[in-house]
Amino acid sequence: MQVPLFTAEHDPGSNFTSLLKMVGLDPFGATNGLEGVVAAPHGTTVLALRYSDGVVMAGDRRATMGTRIANREMEKVVPADRYSGVAISGTAGVAMDMIKLFQLQVEHYEKIDGRPISLEGKANQLSQMIKANLGAAMQGLAVIPIFAGYDLIRRTGRLWDFDITGGRYEEREFVATGSGMGPAATVLKVGYRSGQSATEAVELACRALWEAAEVDAATGGPDALRGIYPVVATISADGWRAVDDTELASVFERLAAAQRAGRGAAS
Amino acid sequence: MNMPFYVAPEQMMKDRADYARKGIARGRALVAVQYVDGILLVAENPSNMLRKISEIYDRIAFAGVGKYNEFDQLRRFGVRNADVKGYSYSRDDVEARSLANDYAQILGQTFTHEVKPLEVEILIAEVGPTAGEDQLFHILYDGTLVDEKGMSVLGGDADAIADRLKAAWSAGDDLPTALTKCATALAGPDRRIASDDTEVAVLARSNGRRCFQRVPDEQVRAILGS
Repeated sequence: MQVPLFTAEHDPGSNFTSLLKMVGLDPFGATNGLEGVVAAPHGTTVLALRYSDGVVMAGDRRATMGTRIANREMEKVVPADRYSGVAISGTAGVAMDMIKLFQLQVEHYEKIDGRPISLEGKANQLSQMIKANLGAAMQGLAVIPIFAGYDLIRRTGRLWDFDITGGRYEEREFVATGSGMGPAATVLKVGYRSGQSATEAVELACRALWEAAEVDAATGGPDALRGIYPVVATISADGWRAVDDTELASVFERLAAAQRAGRGAAS
Repeated sequence: MNMPFYVAPEQMMKDRADYARKGIARGRALVAVQYVDGILLVAENPSNMLRKISEIYDRIAFAGVGKYNEFDQLRRFGVRNADVKGYSYSRDDVEARSLANDYAQILGQTFTHEVKPLEVEILIAEVGPTAGEDQLFHILYDGTLVDEKGMSVLGGDADAIADRLKAAWSAGDDLPTALTKCATALAGPDRRIASDDTEVAVLARSNGRRCFQRVPDEQVRAILGS
């Protein structure tokens, strides 16, 4: 595993994946040449939407394996660096590994090259990783991420979704993926207004996750019993900020109260 | 057939050492000191693009003087080594000591076996959870590894700068005080270094996971004057 002092013609540059391959640690090598379909825990609903100063990203915390809850507090939405984040649905193990690799790639590039990758460059890097994972995806180990961040060059929030082949699509308003994407996307579509504030966008994201959890067994709702809430974060010119649990608890409390009120005094 | 001239090993090593030392002495110096929130690194560097001080990992910084292309290659080696190690083990397993050892091996090997020694001196600094655990590893052109306490000076005129700095330095200084002392020591009694020609970075304990941070030009100017 020792990293050599590369000569000019063998230098892997600022690409961390190439470097790993050169020292015999191919991150996508494990599933090459295997056949059959593998069952593994799945992470579910994640989403992102733009607001006036940037983007909001959110994801539930549940991982399932069939009908079993494999994990209650998985974090599927993580910062890639100060101004961007990645959210992943799909096979949990592969997704976590891809997030780790992606975070490292972003940091590695910044250190080797002396400046960060552009936001679009990061989206492109992620797209290449998904493409490299296509072999595993064919065996049921698919990963579908969302990438979002604040573009320091264009001074606006931007977001992308991806398909299983690495196709990369920039969206103008919002995106949702995972098993609860149907209801989540509907809520976002109905509730989205351009230029809404961070507070409004956070609330809309929470409502989308709430509705997804209502109808999709694989999506976890807010768990007040254990104090586990979805991961919600805003990314703006001030960087990544995770919305803390007390704030989320009060948002969900409001949502619950509205539901109770809507049903009258049934209970 | 030409017979090579016999050169005594002592002479050969001395020639190489002189060659490397001359190359290093031509460059401008760099200092690192402990200050109240971690480690401060200050270099005299007219370029704003070709850096002498850089980030290696969460708590580790690299600084080099001498020939740019040579120490930059060593810097990349450090970043790669640290990132690969952190990837295959844990972020906690990346530490300055083993990296400094690797550097000492590379520089030592090159010094004795290659046609020309590397004309560089490097510093690996690691900020610990407390000031007592801060580390400064100074590695010379021949692979000599020195574990320094509190402060370190690299490059041309190092002894005179170290004397000046030692007289002024204190580990409890805040950033502006420590930076002023470093810049004064680097400049010496007869000149002043323009703040534009000063490269400044810190490994600050209060910075979160990635302790390394460049001190922005405006802040350096505000502290040192233009």
